[in-house]
Amino acid sequence: MSETLDLTKLIFGRLSLEAIPYHEPILVGTFCMVALGGLAAFIAMTYFRLWGPFWRNWVTSIDHKRIGIMYIVLGVVMLLRGFADALMMRAQQALSFGDAHGFLPPHHYDQVFTAHGVIMIFFVAMPLVTGLMNYVVPLQIGARDVAFPFLNNFSFWMTTFGAVLVMASLFIGEFARTGWLAYPPLSGILGSPDVGVDYYIWSLQIAGVGTLLSGVNLIATIVKMRAPGMTLMKMPVFTWTALCTNVLIVVTFPVLTAVLAMLSMDRYVGTNFFTNDLGGNAMMYVNLIWIWGHPEVYILVLPAFGVFSEVVPTFTGKRMFGYTSMVYATVVITVLSYLVWLHHFFTMGSGASVNSFFGITTMIISIPTGAKIFNWLFTMYRGRIRFEVPMLWTVGFMITFVLGGMTGVLLAVPPADFVLHNSLFLIAHFHNVIIGGVVFAMFAGITYWFPKAFGFKLDEFWGKCAFWFWFVGFYFAFMPLYVLGLMGVTRRLSHFEDQSLQIWFVIAAFGGALIALGIGSFLLSIFVAILRRKQYRDVTGDPWNARTLEWSTSSPPPDYNFAFTPVVYDRDAWADMKKAGFVRPLSGFVDIHMPKSTAAGFTIAALSAVMGFALIWQMWLLAGLSFVAMMVAIIKHTFNYNRDFYIKADEVVRTEEERTRLLAQHG
Amino acid sequence: MSAHHSEHDHGHGHGDHGAHDSESHGTFKGYVTGFILSVILTAIPFWLVMGHVFSNHTTTALVIAGFAAVQIVVHMVYFLHMNGRMEGGWSLLALIFTGILLVIVLSGSIWVMYHLNNNMMHMPVKMEGMS
Amino acid sequence: MAEMTHSHTGTVSADPSARFYQKHHHPENGTLLGFWLYLMSDCLIFACLFITYAVLGHNYAAGPSGADAFDLPTVALNTSLLLFSSITYGFAMLEMQRKQLSRVLVWLAITGLLGAGFISLELTEFAHLIHEGAGPQRSGFLTAFFSLVGTHGLHVTFGIVWLVTLMFQLKKHGLTPENVRRLTCLSMFWHFLDVVWIGVFTFVYLMGVL
Repeated sequence: MSETLDLTKLIFGRLSLEAIPYHEPILVGTFCMVALGGLAAFIAMTYFRLWGPFWRNWVTSIDHKRIGIMYIVLGVVMLLRGFADALMMRAQQALSFGDAHGFLPPHHYDQVFTAHGVIMIFFVAMPLVTGLMNYVVPLQIGARDVAFPFLNNFSFWMTTFGAVLVMASLFIGEFARTGWLAYPPLSGILGSPDVGVDYYIWSLQIAGVGTLLSGVNLIATIVKMRAPGMTLMKMPVFTWTALCTNVLIVVTFPVLTAVLAMLSMDRYVGTNFFTNDLGGNAMMYVNLIWIWGHPEVYILVLPAFGVFSEVVPTFTGKRMFGYTSMVYATVVITVLSYLVWLHHFFTMGSGASVNSFFGITTMIISIPTGAKIFNWLFTMYRGRIRFEVPMLWTVGFMITFVLGGMTGVLLAVPPADFVLHNSLFLIAHFHNVIIGGVVFAMFAGITYWFPKAFGFKLDEFWGKCAFWFWFVGFYFAFMPLYVLGLMGVTRRLSHFEDQSLQIWFVIAAFGGALIALGIGSFLLSIFVAILRRKQYRDVTGDPWNARTLEWSTSSPPPDYNFAFTPVVYDRDAWADMKKAGFVRPLSGFVDIHMPKSTAAGFTIAALSAVMGFALIWQMWLLAGLSFVAMMVAIIKHTFNYNRDFYIKADEVVRTEEERTRLLAQHG
Repeated sequence: MSAHHSEHDHGHGHGDHGAHDSESHGTFKGYVTGFILSVILTAIPFWLVMGHVFSNHTTTALVIAGFAAVQIVVHMVYFLHMNGRMEGGWSLLALIFTGILLVIVLSGSIWVMYHLNNNMMHMPVKMEGMS
Repeated sequence: MAEMTHSHTGTVSADPSARFYQKHHHPENGTLLGFWLYLMSDCLIFACLFITYAVLGHNYAAGPSGADAFDLPTVALNTSLLLFSSITYGFAMLEMQRKQLSRVLVWLAITGLLGAGFISLELTEFAHLIHEGAGPQRSGFLTAFFSLVGTHGLHVTFGIVWLVTLMFQLKKHGLTPENVRRLTCLSMFWHFLDVVWIGVFTFVYLMGVL
């Protein structure tokens, strides 16, 4: 008898039918929607026979352009999930006062705010940033792909399967209830014996591997694969910020890996890293996780700054003011981001000397960012500014991010932080800088580079609607939170007794609704553009009269990016070429060496997700088997020495002639 | 007009002229020198500790830490062939950058945790050994 | 990359556009740099484990301390095994430069065996400690010890698996440029692990005993 029970446990671990939340109406409703949507997608893919092309051209593609697009699709999809969590929080906090308790019990509310944070940082912001860097950087440096195309594909699928695990927690089991950083002892095995924190750990570990490898990839790409003549100080500013971002990734993400591994050892094996007894130290978790956490926010914001450094010169018609100081500011931020981490836990008790040191370094780090703002402003000064959609996002960023930065400097003062730590003021601050900085930049970047990727512009009307709904909505949603924070309201609460606070939460909820319209407008700008793509078509490859090399290719670029490697003489290489009266070469094309597509990345990542799921549910047999399978798949992949092919010169000729034809039509 | 000749040496693959430009090679003499130095730099610390050579533990700790630092450099130079020319200087730059961050993170964490422990752990540090 | 070599399309007349492109371009291979960058990230993982050891290293929880748990002669033996394996790998690299495939394989095999010896000694040490009730769950100190030394051991184990795999690939394809790159990467990995071990035996074992 006991043998059968052991076998069940070996196979199923702690997974049982109880894990499925039949009795939670919100989840049942969500599941029905997801299932219906998934079914519709499945039927459409089958009916239009898209599985083959999808597998061949997207899933197994090692082309940085396709991978970049897939990252952005992932980010946008996860934005919808993360934002749904946000709407639920706003709604709950607007309703739950006194005897009214809203619709989310604390047990559920805690998962919502945890999932909201995890998803927004790891599965929206990171993929969007990575996607833009992936798409743009090789084109900006005149390269044909990244340094390690297979690793690029593998990194994408690891990130995606991390997201899949988080989404799975909606319908099988539950998610963590600890907040997005999962501090022990709450996240330890005693505080959270359920699967929630395990979902958190494994989805982040899997996604983290993907991110780390893509960091290595992009640094090697930028160092090794720049076009001849493109010295470091002739690179576009976006490429500089990408370089610094990926340096941060390589040195920062291992810390997250190590800390989560330690937490998982405490939970699985009973070690004493962060326990309250036997010599553990929970404060060490907070210290280590923020050594990761602070550079992480710079990983998010530096590419954002890079986007604006491309958009401002283009839509002002001038070269970037103060290029050298922009580069130095970026590098200084990169180093300084390692000297401020303690400001996230001033109140944990390290004392005045430690707090003062980190308070001062935190204030210092705002200076290079200020320098960048001045450089953008000086670039705009006396320029011929075109307020197209990317430029709107940029101006919105300047106002919003500066405001958020100022509240950050306020929080950098330890005595002030003692009052405001973990209040809604803090929430308002970081949303201020992340939305004003990162989110606005992502929308600017997507709008800016969309025509390059797809050959037609996004719909301008809905793009402007998106901006205005987001901009106005942001202020309605978060200014009340500053007020509430100053009044002393704590974060992460699902119920309040003081009725006088309600009006502020209602205003914030209204802001949330406006932002929802902003997201809807953004999706419409894509949808309408697809419908009207012939009308919005760009055949020149350079719809914005821009300045950097990616705009010298067709839209979309051919698989090989450049038929001939460009040679660079100055910054803003494409602007330089246009000024010199550059004419595309029409003959002399040769075979082009390209990497092959492969299923290995998808396979290994999928197996790692299976292993993650098995470890979460303590299905040891499945965990062991999937680990072995993963090792076999990896080793098998290393035995594949046949990883490239040549695009024949004939095909290059045909592609280039097609472009010549299109340009002639337009001209 | 098409140019239908591939000018690549298929056996080579791309960019191999880069590979041995920047890769430094070891020599027999180099490896053996590094090995002997490492043996010495390992044996002495072991002897210092196992033989209780210094009565002062702090002195011992500082001295063997110094030996470790030197041996790490020996490994970097003789085994990893680290110099300013590897990968156009990028390898050394990456190493120095990582090293700086390691110092910041290690010393910073020790400093921070020391203060946190002193202020926040329920038993004063001095009393930790008593049950 | 400051050199500005470029070729023409063959026409004699001045074509102002010709200087803006180059027909043949071979970007440098990024594998060795990429692997070195990965090793830098690995440094940070070990740094976290060292920090943990520094913070928790005296939290004996009334259990065994370093002086109780560590057997320095065994550590000395382990250290020598790893150091010897470093030089045997170095000899493998020298034979690789001389294109002597069979000798490369011999030295790789010896390296692998020395590494396996290191791992088995370490596993014996761990098993002994666990048997004595001094496993990783016993105290913060032991948690930190097992995780730091264990992570290093895991890396060595993966290195051995990689080494064996590479031996098969060398037999199959010989000393191709791709395989030379792989051998060089494994060389960096192997020596890096020895560098980490210097930190381990110094800060964990030797200082732990003081």
